[in-house]
Amino acid sequence: MRAPTTADLTGTRRLVRLAARRDRWTLPGWWLGLGFFVAATTALFADSFARGGDLVEETRLVATNTGMRLIGLTSGPSVGGYMLHREFVTLAVLAALMGSFAVIRHTRQNEELGRAELVGSTVVGRYAGLAAGVVIAVVAEVVLALVLAAGMVAAGLPVAGSLLAGASVASVGLVWVGVAAVTCQLSSTARGAAGIAAAALGIAFGLSGIGNMLGTVDRLGLRVTSAWPSWLSPIGWGQQTRPFGDARWWPLLLALLALAALVAVAVVLAARRDVGRGLWPERTGPAGAARTLLSPAGLVWRLQRNVSAGWALSLAMFGLVFGNLTEQIRGLEGSARDWWIEAGGTDVIVEAYQVSIIQMAGMFVAIHLVQLLLRMRVDEVGGTLEPLLATGVTRTRWLGAHLAVAVTSSVALMVLFAVAMGLTTGQVLGDTGAHVRALVGAGLVQVPGILVVGAAVTAVVCVVPRWSVPISWSILLATLVVGPMFGPGLDLPAWLQDTSPFTHSPKAPAAAVTAAPLLGLTAVSLGLAAAALVSLRRRTLSLPA
Amino acid sequence: MDGAVVASGLRKDFGTTRALDGLDLTVRAGEVHGFLGPNGAGKTTTIRVLLGLVRASGGHVVLLGGDPWRETASLHRRLAYVPGEVNLWPNLTGGEVIDLLADLRGGLVPARRADLLERFELDPTKQVRAYSKGNRQKVALVAALASDVELYLLDEPTSGLDPLMESVFQDVVQDLRHRGRTVLLSSHILSEVEALCDRVTIIRNGRTVETGTFADLRHLTRTTVVVETVRRPDALAAMAEVHDLSLEDGRASFGVDPGDLDTVLTRLVEHGVRSLVSTPPTLEELFLRHYGDEVPQHAPLGA
Repeated sequence: MRAPTTADLTGTRRLVRLAARRDRWTLPGWWLGLGFFVAATTALFADSFARGGDLVEETRLVATNTGMRLIGLTSGPSVGGYMLHREFVTLAVLAALMGSFAVIRHTRQNEELGRAELVGSTVVGRYAGLAAGVVIAVVAEVVLALVLAAGMVAAGLPVAGSLLAGASVASVGLVWVGVAAVTCQLSSTARGAAGIAAAALGIAFGLSGIGNMLGTVDRLGLRVTSAWPSWLSPIGWGQQTRPFGDARWWPLLLALLALAALVAVAVVLAARRDVGRGLWPERTGPAGAARTLLSPAGLVWRLQRNVSAGWALSLAMFGLVFGNLTEQIRGLEGSARDWWIEAGGTDVIVEAYQVSIIQMAGMFVAIHLVQLLLRMRVDEVGGTLEPLLATGVTRTRWLGAHLAVAVTSSVALMVLFAVAMGLTTGQVLGDTGAHVRALVGAGLVQVPGILVVGAAVTAVVCVVPRWSVPISWSILLATLVVGPMFGPGLDLPAWLQDTSPFTHSPKAPAAAVTAAPLLGLTAVSLGLAAAALVSLRRRTLSLPA
Repeated sequence: MDGAVVASGLRKDFGTTRALDGLDLTVRAGEVHGFLGPNGAGKTTTIRVLLGLVRASGGHVVLLGGDPWRETASLHRRLAYVPGEVNLWPNLTGGEVIDLLADLRGGLVPARRADLLERFELDPTKQVRAYSKGNRQKVALVAALASDVELYLLDEPTSGLDPLMESVFQDVVQDLRHRGRTVLLSSHILSEVEALCDRVTIIRNGRTVETGTFADLRHLTRTTVVVETVRRPDALAAMAEVHDLSLEDGRASFGVDPGDLDTVLTRLVEHGVRSLVSTPPTLEELFLRHYGDEVPQHAPLGA
């Protein structure tokens, strides 16, 4: 392989102009949306503290609350710091999505749709497309940093801190510009490239969250020092700048180094593949179908198994980690201990911890369930449902196949997580068998609550397929926010918390399991699924034109 | 026995758009029936109604003696379908898709599968995402044609095929006809329709404008006559039966309804006919007459 030369970049400037022209509405949309969001939330928090909210007390609350630490890092009492604790992950994730979508739009998507071929036949160098995608995305992140800073300054935050905060958010975006540049070389589809980038984002969030949860709080309970997993995550680096605390710029260097390294990797990978192809070659496959494929459920499993496998891997890993953490949990004292006790509803700290962790695993399984069930919409609106229903398969059977795969996968993931957590818990506390049994039981009784979310999503997909994606994720988000993980912390009224199925899931293994809530949740699921079926059988399908 | 498909007064509204507006379609058992119409005329919607994928807003439809909306699955075991826009699962191989669709329909004839793969020169080990549009269409064609069923619904099945494959397709459909199968073929390729179809239905704006055999349809349209006479046939200009007349020295060309041909010829003979060419309308002219708004009823000739 020859080394890239400047000739390989011929035409980059023109491609950048083309990209800028294509994105003339998209990118300003991101900038304005995020800028407005940050200005509005900052103003909201500033206003509430000005009206007599106790900034120190609120800061102490989020610093000592392990659940709240999942989403943010506390660096002392300040309006800006408080806002960043609440919103940094959201902003960073959106900045990362903006950057990776921009790169994918101007590289892999061009190749997939055949535009790159047309452009490649003109006077442009081999890497000009990739370079243009990276350049436009980097520029977009830099502008975003300035817009966010302006938004914060407009809401009354100090200039220096605002600039660093904007840069910190954008630094996460910059790393994902590099991540997307690499995933575009790996996958031959834009969707695949975005999927891998998003998965990496999920892992980064997990690492920074775990690092902060495991971190130590200072004597005053106002400043958290993260544990090492945070330092493995670009989201963690962005948090470590502590813009409204001790304000250090050097963690941003890590992001720049990562960007440079990732782009270098992308260039090396790009040199090894043909236009239009991924690095992973198009494999040929069997000339005929295996027996296991020859049913609607077999087909659905084939299409979904990679999603399930990905979740299985992550949940097994988290299960092992959380089981292992039992050691630290046993030694907790003071307000941190109180949080677990209150959330778990028992003063046996280990059991209280297990209640919250199993609930959290349930949340992840619910996210996975929504993802699997939304595949039904892809089938219908994307057109693959048409040839299927033109055979002897009924709508009922198609729906049944999706539900069977989604429910089976959910139960399996819950059990897998519980077993993994039980194994490492047993290593810490001994009596592995008993811990595995107790946690598997605790995991299984979460399933009826999870399935209510699934049934609601099924109903949405069957009634309004075209709008099902935003509605389904909103439903999931709502049930999580008002549920036991965040509802009590947000001081929501009891009736509102009761609307989340998770509120009614048994707090096992701490509390005894009663049948009534499980039966009630199951009845709601069945009702929603029945309504979904009736609607699906009556309506005209939303097939592509 | 006759009436594999009988649809009458079919209506379908999507919101405020009326896709079908009183469409009639009768496909007799054992015939190859051409289904023609400009883009957006409602061909695909009609076929989706026949498949029970779309629910008609009004009208009656009987498919293979049953109600396609209520008896969907049992009827589908007796038919095979090739969609106009072939959307398949990108990560399955062509061979897997063929087996899957055929199996869910009730099975295929293995020998026929092998034969069709060979005739269409399709590699079944490739993943669907690696196929071109034409090859995806072949996958759908093989999946449908490898099944032995009563009725084949083919929605523009050859729009992505090259001429060689087009002729393979025509051979395969001829085989189906010889075996007494019923085919509803929607198509834009006139030579294909002319070569394969016993009868055709032409639709426009969701309504049937013409149906019958080609002979029937030709009968409805004027014949073009080009004639050379000894004396200039000025008398033709005064005849109501003669349309679009153009006269040059000893040569005249005009259109005439088949029923008036006799009257016009009688008058022509008086001018001393030297040569006469009478052309029935081509399918293309039939089409243009029904498809286009601006196309003259009779293409001017001899210019």
